[in-house]
Amino acid sequence: MAETKTYREALREAMVHEMDRDESVILMGEDIGVYGGTHLITDGLYDKYGPRRVIDTPISENGFTGAAVGMAMMGMRPVVEMMTWNFSFLAADQIIQNAAKVRYFSGGQVKVPLVIRGPNGGGVQLSAQHTHSLESFYGHFPGLKVVAPVTPNDAKGMMLTAIRDDNCVIFLEAGALYGTKGEVEEGDNAVPFGKARIAREGSDVTLIAYGRQVNLCLRAAETLEEEDGVDAEVIDLRSLRPFDEDAIVESVKKTHRAVAVEEQWRWFGVASEVAAIIQEKAFDYLDAPVERVSGAETPAPYARNLELLAFPSEKEVANAARWALYMEEK
Amino acid sequence: MPAKDGRSENGDVGARGEGAVATTPENLAELYQKMVLIRAFEDACQRAFRQGKIGGYLHVYTGEEAVATGFLDAYREGDRVITAYRDHPHALLLGASPGEVMAELYGKRTGLVKGKGGSMHLFDVKRGLMGGYGIVGGHIPVGVGLAYALKYQNTDHIVQLFLGDGAINQGAFHEAANLAGLWGKDEMCPCLFIIENNQYGMGTSVERATAMTDLAAKFDSYAIEHEKVDGMDLLAVLECAHRATERVRESGRPYAVEAITYRIAPHGAADFLEKYRTKEEVEKWRERDPIGMVEKRLLDSGDLDEERIEEIKQEAKREVEEAVRFAEESEEPPAEELYTDVYAGEGEE
Repeated sequence: MAETKTYREALREAMVHEMDRDESVILMGEDIGVYGGTHLITDGLYDKYGPRRVIDTPISENGFTGAAVGMAMMGMRPVVEMMTWNFSFLAADQIIQNAAKVRYFSGGQVKVPLVIRGPNGGGVQLSAQHTHSLESFYGHFPGLKVVAPVTPNDAKGMMLTAIRDDNCVIFLEAGALYGTKGEVEEGDNAVPFGKARIAREGSDVTLIAYGRQVNLCLRAAETLEEEDGVDAEVIDLRSLRPFDEDAIVESVKKTHRAVAVEEQWRWFGVASEVAAIIQEKAFDYLDAPVERVSGAETPAPYARNLELLAFPSEKEVANAARWALYMEEK
Repeated sequence: MPAKDGRSENGDVGARGEGAVATTPENLAELYQKMVLIRAFEDACQRAFRQGKIGGYLHVYTGEEAVATGFLDAYREGDRVITAYRDHPHALLLGASPGEVMAELYGKRTGLVKGKGGSMHLFDVKRGLMGGYGIVGGHIPVGVGLAYALKYQNTDHIVQLFLGDGAINQGAFHEAANLAGLWGKDEMCPCLFIIENNQYGMGTSVERATAMTDLAAKFDSYAIEHEKVDGMDLLAVLECAHRATERVRESGRPYAVEAITYRIAPHGAADFLEKYRTKEEVEKWRERDPIGMVEKRLLDSGDLDEERIEEIKQEAKREVEEAVRFAEESEEPPAEELYTDVYAGEGEE
């Protein structure tokens, strides 16, 4: 059974599912309670669960994230909302120095079953300080898990998995897509981490993305089919740490060509990692260099036209695929 | 040397008024013994550090013994303790053996956290120690979260949260104290803040680091009641600790104590040049050495004689020598430990 729901509703459904099942699950964040959440993800939950389980925090990211680490070390399962992931820089000491490392430096004596969630990336003209894609930043730290679902069904299923995980999960929501709809399975549809999803089967080139760039790749794949007769495969990585290397390698063995797409800056990013993995594990199968499509090397601009230029477009992805297929000169 | 449980339950400690003697002669002698052991332990690890046997940083508690000893005397099984990087005495007082602690400093597999944390990260979760942390102020929000959880889980346990004077200037302190005050209104934050004010954040004195030097009074901003205690005087600390601990336990609200103490030893064992303070100043504080003061009291009262005092010192010395031998003879962690404990539930990612 499946029902059409928004990404936002799917996330809420997952939290309700786990809060009903497990009293140790609580929610924390700025304006998530009485106000209902800036993005309305937690709307109605304060009335349902009360102030001890749906905790409105002051605007104080380092403090409340650190408190959530302490709660998690005691066996609670806090789900912390970052109003945007940009604000997590204020809590970086708690996330990186404590949540990611305390299990290790305690010699395995504690666990930190903590989810930190919120909208990642740009696309809605929030300009430089409210727009940032943090996947490679957090993906860099051992001790953290980093996931980025794009479909409503994955938003729910991966949130269930995140809350049940005994580690700190960085849950990067596709913030620009909160209102998009999709089929969501009823009940417990937990999606395991570390398994990519083939979003579109194809044989000529592999487009690899995560988060909202997956939709871009799907549209580019249609264009390629219509305009060029190219059959592109689209892989939705879903989870960046752990990372499904096999899915990429298998696909490239089939298509022999790859394009890695990311919204964030190119330097030291996820697309670089994807390209390196393909080079290490599928070099002999490659018929062309791996192409990368990334965000512009600038802080995010406000103006709509500039913002559109700053992030990857369907056209850039299609062009990169054509380069990988030697259909066009760079 | 586990802390005595339940001593405060029988009403003979803490229930008495201000200035009352907060312990029996037997207890006092036992606490004296613990302080002597801590001092001997710290002396020994400083020696080992200078011999190059201990790596990294090493921050000893010399001069501050009365603070941890007094407060952890009020610890009850099930309470939690969290502190910063000057954490050896907290581990020892909660019952970790000197051997386990020394082996950790030596980076051995028999260490308290298997050689993965070293001096700054002693954990003994079974005995209530939720860790030593290396970032000044970074553990304070964590401690407040521990306190919330204890209430959320319907226990009557509390958190003893030790922090230094240096941590007071960190945003993490102010954010955490605000949360504690807020949650305390709902009786959801049984957290006892214990400021170990040893006068210096590394080499910068409190006067040169904080605009308003009344550290306890900073808690006024967060609706948290507070007091100061003479951190060199074990009896004063004991009285305060038992009273404050029970107050937090009964109310579910935070409370803060600023213990005025002094770090006689350098900030870190590698800091030989103490340009930031005078020899005279250190000597002046040495006159109020917390161990010497208890020793004098025990001798004056006739509860211990010179001979017994000497025996206690020799016992401590032997115990620490044994700890050093244990640490030296222990094996290093096996190579496969490099990748364990990164993620819960799996060997590695």
